[in-house]
Amino acid sequence: MSNIHCAFEHGKAFIPFITCGYPDIETTKAVVREAVKNGADLIELGIPFSDPTAEGVVIQSANYSALKTGITTDKVFDMVRELRNDIHIPMVFMTYANVIFSYGTKRFISTCRDIQIDGIIVPDVPFEEKDEFLPECKRYGVDLISMIAPTSEDRIAKIAHEAEGFLYIVSSLGVTGTRSEITTDLKAIINVVRKHTSIPCAIGFGISTPEQAKRMSEISDGAIVGSAIIKILAEYGSDSPVHVGEYVRSMKNAVHTVRH
Amino acid sequence: MMTNKKGRFGVHGGQYIPETLMNAVTELEIAYDFYKNDSEFNEELSRLFNDYAGRPSRLYYAERMTRDLGGAKIYLKREDLNHTGAHKINNVLGQALLAKRMGKTRLIAETGAGQHGVATATAAALMGMSCVVFMGEEDTKRQALNVYRMRLLGAEVIPVKTGTSTLKDAVSEAFREWTSRIDDTHYCLGSVMGPHPFPTIVRDFQAVISREIKAQILERENRRPDYVIACVGGGSNAIGSFYHFIEDENVKLIGCEAAGRGVDTFETAATISTGKLGIFHGMKSYFCQDEYGQIAPVYSISAGLDYPGIGPEHAYLHDTGRAEYVAVTDEEAVNAFEYLSRTEGIIPAIESAHAVSYAMKLAPSLSRENIIVITISGRGDKDCASVARYRGENIDE
Repeated sequence: MSNIHCAFEHGKAFIPFITCGYPDIETTKAVVREAVKNGADLIELGIPFSDPTAEGVVIQSANYSALKTGITTDKVFDMVRELRNDIHIPMVFMTYANVIFSYGTKRFISTCRDIQIDGIIVPDVPFEEKDEFLPECKRYGVDLISMIAPTSEDRIAKIAHEAEGFLYIVSSLGVTGTRSEITTDLKAIINVVRKHTSIPCAIGFGISTPEQAKRMSEISDGAIVGSAIIKILAEYGSDSPVHVGEYVRSMKNAVHTVRH
Repeated sequence: MMTNKKGRFGVHGGQYIPETLMNAVTELEIAYDFYKNDSEFNEELSRLFNDYAGRPSRLYYAERMTRDLGGAKIYLKREDLNHTGAHKINNVLGQALLAKRMGKTRLIAETGAGQHGVATATAAALMGMSCVVFMGEEDTKRQALNVYRMRLLGAEVIPVKTGTSTLKDAVSEAFREWTSRIDDTHYCLGSVMGPHPFPTIVRDFQAVISREIKAQILERENRRPDYVIACVGGGSNAIGSFYHFIEDENVKLIGCEAAGRGVDTFETAATISTGKLGIFHGMKSYFCQDEYGQIAPVYSISAGLDYPGIGPEHAYLHDTGRAEYVAVTDEEAVNAFEYLSRTEGIIPAIESAHAVSYAMKLAPSLSRENIIVITISGRGDKDCASVARYRGENIDE
């Protein structure tokens, strides 16, 4: 078992997503440190992919830009190694199947263990294909995070039953990106989930404001925010760390007011 | 036969897609498993194939080409004579009919050269469905006439500006669109690629090509051909041409990939020659990619072969050695484009010209007793401007 459970032991969790190497690796490091300082409970680090099919335009652009600067899987591993000198909260990678597969599944996942990456989120690996990575994940104690979508319906039970670390609940149809409104009946989905597992559930996709984060943590164990943070990075570039820090603080305060 | 439950062809295939789409592909699989054996569905599809698309397509003995090359007897499978000018219509009529039976009212599609987009727009018009086609912005410029044809047929064409603005990005964008709108929408995938059940469905609808070749050559020559040659991007006309011959081990199957400026350059789209095993666009197969698994920008003069992957069944046929895959350069394809035009009065699609080119090399090395069938997957009108440009001449379309 990984350390992911620690992220959910101090009230509702706030989970920021950061695309590694956007706009550059030094900024990524500083942003992670600011996010942790301002209350982030778990960090989701995106390893860029050339064709991120589950992402909306904001994170797509960040992926392309980061790759143009020469970011590679090895450079991301080096960055995490360095961050682990002073960052002790759980961290997970979010990337696409081919990034892991091409690196060598065993080599990738054993490296995750070595640099204390607690889990991997792979949006193009659904329940039916999880054996692609699960045996190595189990061997090295890295959680393969499962996702549940608004369309999962009869699939929720089997996914929840075998889920590890935390469950990533996708708030809406479509790809990542900020949304003014989330209309899915998430409460109903989480009620089904609860019958099959006791691991934490965090909601992601479309969340950007403290109000949304608060509402999402009222019905789950935490909120995941990606595009809204990447927008701050796009606006402020290497000056972003302080702005991301302020944003994380406001989001953490919002979810923290919700009772455990 | 070679598809197991999860849509695997050896190690290839599978369903590497976001959770949001899983129930959509499962629903499609269940519907297809039902309708493929439904006599009413099959009768209606046959009627559309024959009355609307103009099937069966001709198997034409290319006598002048045969004499000129001085070896094997060459037949051309004329998919270029189908309605909309390419093999794409076979798959699209099948999927549109299936989608309609499933209660869908809207088709989305990706397109490279525009042939699949035009075919999808055509089927949507025919069946009274709405249609949105995603096309790389680069390709909308290369194939402006096809963009106009799609709009004329009532489809909305969305230029895709992300990534390399070509076919792979159009596929990604169509998947993204499907993720956001599943209820009324069917993703009419254009090749034998993507997650299960698409490679199987598209193959089955295209298999009409080899079913016809087999019957036609038997009637003409009272035997099987020695070679079946087709071009391969994702590989739908090739798998359609190969499928019913896979069991006939004496029939050699050859897929012609686009080498672009050469397999030893970075400007190539030859997946089997230069790619390695990977996971992308819903499937495990061979892909052009760098050492970190980033999908490589690919290049070919042919927008329809300009894709960094290959369908999983082709990857499997390559692994087992049942089919052979060869790379053909832009230069060779353009030469074949011009050669077939002058020799037989048939202007092939630049995609199909890749297959013609390989046959031109092969035929002289064989005896007059041998028979080659080349699938002319589409007509070449759409390529005249770009071939002229390749030869240094600018013409208005």
